[in-house]
Amino acid sequence: MLQYPHVMKIIRPIRLLSASLLLALLVAPAALRAALTIEIIGAGATQIPIAIVPFRSEEGLTQKLTPIVAADLARSGLFKTVDAGGMVPVPYEPEQVDFAQWRARGAEAVVIGNVSRTADGRYDIRFRLMDVVKQAQLAGFVYFASADQLRLTAHKIADVIYEKLTGDVGVFATRITYVVKKGRRYELQVADADGYGAQTVLASNEPIISPTWARDGSRLAYVSFERKKPVVYVQSLVSGERRAVANFRGSNSAPAWSPDGRRLAVTLTKDGNSQIYLIDAGGGAPVRLTQSSAIDTEANFSPDGQWIIFTSDRSGAPQIYRMPASGGQPQRLTFEGSYNVSPRYSPDGKSFTFMHRSAGRFNIAVQDFATRQVQVLTDGSIDESPSFAPNNRIILYATRVGARGILAAVSSDGRVKQRFTEDAGDVREPSWGPLVNK
Amino acid sequence: MKKFFAVLFIASVLVGCTSTPTKEQEGAKIEDRIPTTPPAEKPAEGGVSKPIGTSAVAVDPLRDPANILSKRSVYFDFDSSIVKDEFKPMVAAHAKYMGQNRGKHVRIEGNTDERGSSEYNLALGQRRADAVKQMMQLLGAPASDIETVSFGKEKPKAAGHDESAWSQNRRADIKYQGE
Repeated sequence: MLQYPHVMKIIRPIRLLSASLLLALLVAPAALRAALTIEIIGAGATQIPIAIVPFRSEEGLTQKLTPIVAADLARSGLFKTVDAGGMVPVPYEPEQVDFAQWRARGAEAVVIGNVSRTADGRYDIRFRLMDVVKQAQLAGFVYFASADQLRLTAHKIADVIYEKLTGDVGVFATRITYVVKKGRRYELQVADADGYGAQTVLASNEPIISPTWARDGSRLAYVSFERKKPVVYVQSLVSGERRAVANFRGSNSAPAWSPDGRRLAVTLTKDGNSQIYLIDAGGGAPVRLTQSSAIDTEANFSPDGQWIIFTSDRSGAPQIYRMPASGGQPQRLTFEGSYNVSPRYSPDGKSFTFMHRSAGRFNIAVQDFATRQVQVLTDGSIDESPSFAPNNRIILYATRVGARGILAAVSSDGRVKQRFTEDAGDVREPSWGPLVNK
Repeated sequence: MKKFFAVLFIASVLVGCTSTPTKEQEGAKIEDRIPTTPPAEKPAEGGVSKPIGTSAVAVDPLRDPANILSKRSVYFDFDSSIVKDEFKPMVAAHAKYMGQNRGKHVRIEGNTDERGSSEYNLALGQRRADAVKQMMQLLGAPASDIETVSFGKEKPKAAGHDESAWSQNRRADIKYQGE
């Protein structure tokens, strides 16, 4: 059976996914349909021509795999799909791949695969990525998946292809969180990175803001106004358990996870003005990190946990600063414009993204730590809440079409933009989740 | 009766929108109880034409549209938490009222327009509410009776996406307990 020299990985049931699914069923049984659709604008500097041949026997699946793989790759802006139809015979195995014909069609890579049923009722999914130029196999994987894991499996396949051909980590199998406002109701949702499979993890008649992922993807921290004032909560996506971890006198907001998931930086007003404090992720006594008479908020830890970047208007207008994660003298980082807020580190720690105002518009920008160079990536009138994908390549943010809030993403070089549109409601406060099960 | 005429006088200047801060502050004198005769029967010194009420029942100064205490909102400039001069008499009247009516509790709710980040706006709304609280405290309101909260940009009063909506949303509201 195993003539598969490159079989490297077996996908087992994803515990986190199943658990959060269960929670969603308890909380909002109607929220399981796909809610977001995606529109792509622009393209990468170079696009890799790739042919994706429908897998053998995928026709009978409740969820076909190759259309999802193709959509994922197209969405990145880095691939161009080459027509895979009309090959005789249709290639499912490496020896059936006619490299000369694919070269004639302009394809540099070909994806082939098979689906079969296992004895326990799951699916055995095998795929290979073939290099047309070198006439060799670049990758081959087998996955065992239940019917509700077919989409995830397709995203994992797209991740492998993306990684092999671009050299960057794929993020198609990650998740995002955001808040949808429907009338007076606020829903905190978690969805796949392509917007499918949205699940409501919290619904409230009071605002929810600033959801953010613990690095292991198992918990969210966010701010809820359900007690008629801002309070920071931590919620497990595995058990659904939630807990108010910062509920001091005054305002409690802007949670940021330390990379080890043990602590949160939060903004509190318990001693007067908005200042940044450190608390245990389970709650407990806060330790004050900033000492100013200004607003200090929107903390974000560096990936190595050594630094915190944050927003402060100590200079008279909001700007971005950096200080040691244990507190200490902050250093100002942004100097262009009079309104720079919401800093978030890139996962490689080399840059940060933020919201920047210029000429009356609020846009998403990135600044490089080493060169201090600022690049404005978007051109909406109000673009906000930026966060990096875990591969540094894409920034998710919130924008507006007419009066409605929608999610959008931009490649970190500004070349490719995606807009996610929700069937109903006003979407805001997105945050891209971490890589899990890698 | 002297107080009663003072009320009507204040009412007239408010209707005419020509009040000055000092005259408006005079309105703070009326926090006791309002006369039992229907005020509309009597002309005021300025020859007011508009009745300020038809009921013989005592009017709560906080709800009396003719009273400055019925005004509750302080409006701010973009990214500012400075209480502008035009709102100081109103804030002062509430401070005085609270100083003279111990046991009244207020909650000051700070808000911002939709531009900028949720979190910075939350902090800015808090600073606006705190600025109003601080001014009330300086003018005699007991600090322990004033609570502040910010809704940032999350609860806009005006739904639009232009300066006319934004200017209404950059606001701190004084709300008495039970309201």
